[in-house]
Amino acid sequence: MNDALRHVWTIAKRELGGYFNSPVAYVFIVIFLLLNGFFTFMLGYFFERGQASLAEPFFSWHPWLYLFLVPAVGMRLWAEERRSGTLELLLTMPIAPWQAIVAKFLASWIFLGIALALTFPIVITTAYLGDPDRGTVIGGYIGSFLLAGAYLGITEMVSAITRNQIIAFIISVVICFLMILCGWEPVTNLLVTWAPERVVDLVKGLSTWYHYLAFQRGVVDFRDLLYFASVIGMSLFATGVVLRGVRGA
Amino acid sequence: MITVENLVKEFGSKRAVNGISFTVQRGEVLGFLGPNGAGKSTTMRMITGFMPPTAGRVLIGGHDVSESPIAAKRLVGYLPESAPAYPDMTVHGFLSWAAEMRGLKGAGRAEAIRRVSGLCFLESVLQQSVDTLSKGYRHRTCLAQALIHDPEVLVLDEPTDGLDPNQKHEVRQLIKRMGQNKVIIFSTHILEEVEACCSRAIIIDRGQIVANGTPEELKARSEFAGSVTLRVHGVAGDTVRTRLAGIGSVEKVTVGGENGQVSARLFPKVRTGHGELAKAVAEVVTREGWRFDELHTEEGRLDEVFRSITMPDTAKSQS
Ligand SMILES: Nc1ncnc2c1ncn2[C@@H]1O[C@H](COP(=O)(O)OP(=O)(O)OP(=O)(O)O)[C@@H](O)[C@H]1O
Ligand SMILES: [Mg+2]
Repeated sequence: MNDALRHVWTIAKRELGGYFNSPVAYVFIVIFLLLNGFFTFMLGYFFERGQASLAEPFFSWHPWLYLFLVPAVGMRLWAEERRSGTLELLLTMPIAPWQAIVAKFLASWIFLGIALALTFPIVITTAYLGDPDRGTVIGGYIGSFLLAGAYLGITEMVSAITRNQIIAFIISVVICFLMILCGWEPVTNLLVTWAPERVVDLVKGLSTWYHYLAFQRGVVDFRDLLYFASVIGMSLFATGVVLRGVRGA
Repeated sequence: MITVENLVKEFGSKRAVNGISFTVQRGEVLGFLGPNGAGKSTTMRMITGFMPPTAGRVLIGGHDVSESPIAAKRLVGYLPESAPAYPDMTVHGFLSWAAEMRGLKGAGRAEAIRRVSGLCFLESVLQQSVDTLSKGYRHRTCLAQALIHDPEVLVLDEPTDGLDPNQKHEVRQLIKRMGQNKVIIFSTHILEEVEACCSRAIIIDRGQIVANGTPEELKARSEFAGSVTLRVHGVAGDTVRTRLAGIGSVEKVTVGGENGQVSARLFPKVRTGHGELAKAVAEVVTREGWRFDELHTEEGRLDEVFRSITMPDTAKSQS
């Protein structure tokens, strides 16, 4: 077990180094922070609202922000290994494939976590301007991080399918978009008009949006945690299946 | 040390490897030969555990590569055909990563990096980023990665591809030296390389083994093996032919030549292989007082054997 953790750490470290050795990482973080600021203070009518709540103006934009930014971070995970042939190197090392899959996921998730953590000035601003509910802030951050993880898992899986990063990006965006849509109110409202209630609930239950909403209200529900954990778990499992296919099983 | 049993690999309906079996012992250097697309790389990918075989199995040091892959992979150092390396790392960073993946820590890791960068002549580029390396240096970097844990088994897919003549020589010496107490399997298209460092060679064609033996044994399969070539000056071709045909053990003599030179090739009735025919020819030459500048016994040429085995039809029409 110790060996396994060491391998995960060795691979994750290399991946993280890959992010921070290139300017792309810093550009990404800057863009992420700028967009967050823009959405929160401009589009979110943060000031006009006159209430220093974080939930609406800050966190509610994250599903849309992540929709593009997470696939951009994760698209290279396996596509690049396949294109450059390093996959052959990595998978002939004395490790189990799941260790590489988890390591790559963790490295990118940590990177996204760092970007998310750097939004703290926005929190400080709200704390200064008003007295935001601490629960919604913490819940919002947890939910946002899990949401990023769910998108990332899907991106990692898609990235294993192709050796082309751009294709991986596009397919990931489409899948993540569908996962938002099926719980997004305008869509569910439409669905209600013709589908039975049970179907609507099921579709809603599959949506990242629906499960993400609860966190914004500061509610950390076990079922929502379970949802995100299973999306991540299933996509990593699927990544393993895809990789086995890639190796010509 | 390595046992390969009935290895089969299918890609869709296509059989890339079709029932390959062989064993390699410690101290052997096994050369893989074969035309492009013969299945050499695919076989190596199955040996190293990158691709699962469609059928058959591979044992490395007693570990089945499909059943206990980690134990088997630990024993192996692998240089893939394209010599991949992570472009965003420095050479030192890359080797350090490989060492860490192989479980080397601290001083042992530093020592391993020093050792392989010496073996592969990488000292001058250790701090350079992999994506700015020339092709040959990238190749050597990937080779260094395969040696980092001083493995018992080395699988090298075209290890001298893209290297300059000096480096080719160095790598051959390295293979030969390490081959004394390891198992080495390497593929190549350079036949001199096989003669220079293999203790055994396997020729693969269309997914099957078509020849398996020491380089000498393979060369002996050449139709010229054992024949004697003589070149003399200032003698008529017909005279040469009749005199040489008089030797008892000669089956056939062919004579050609120009500008007053005559080249004759004598084929023996039975291949004895101890230079007896050459001795008999030398006696004729001294008796007749011919001026000669060449007299030798052909060992057979590997490229010719290779061609006759892998392309029987064209090889015949050319000779
Ligand atoms: N991933 C794959 N999918 C489909 N076909 C493949 C795959 N890998 C190899 N092949 C096919 O298998 C056959 C053997 O390929 P392989 O790379 O083993 O040849 P090789 O002997 O190494 O040739 P070369 O001397 O050119 O390196 C080829 O016909 C090739 O097209
Ligand atoms: Mg090959």
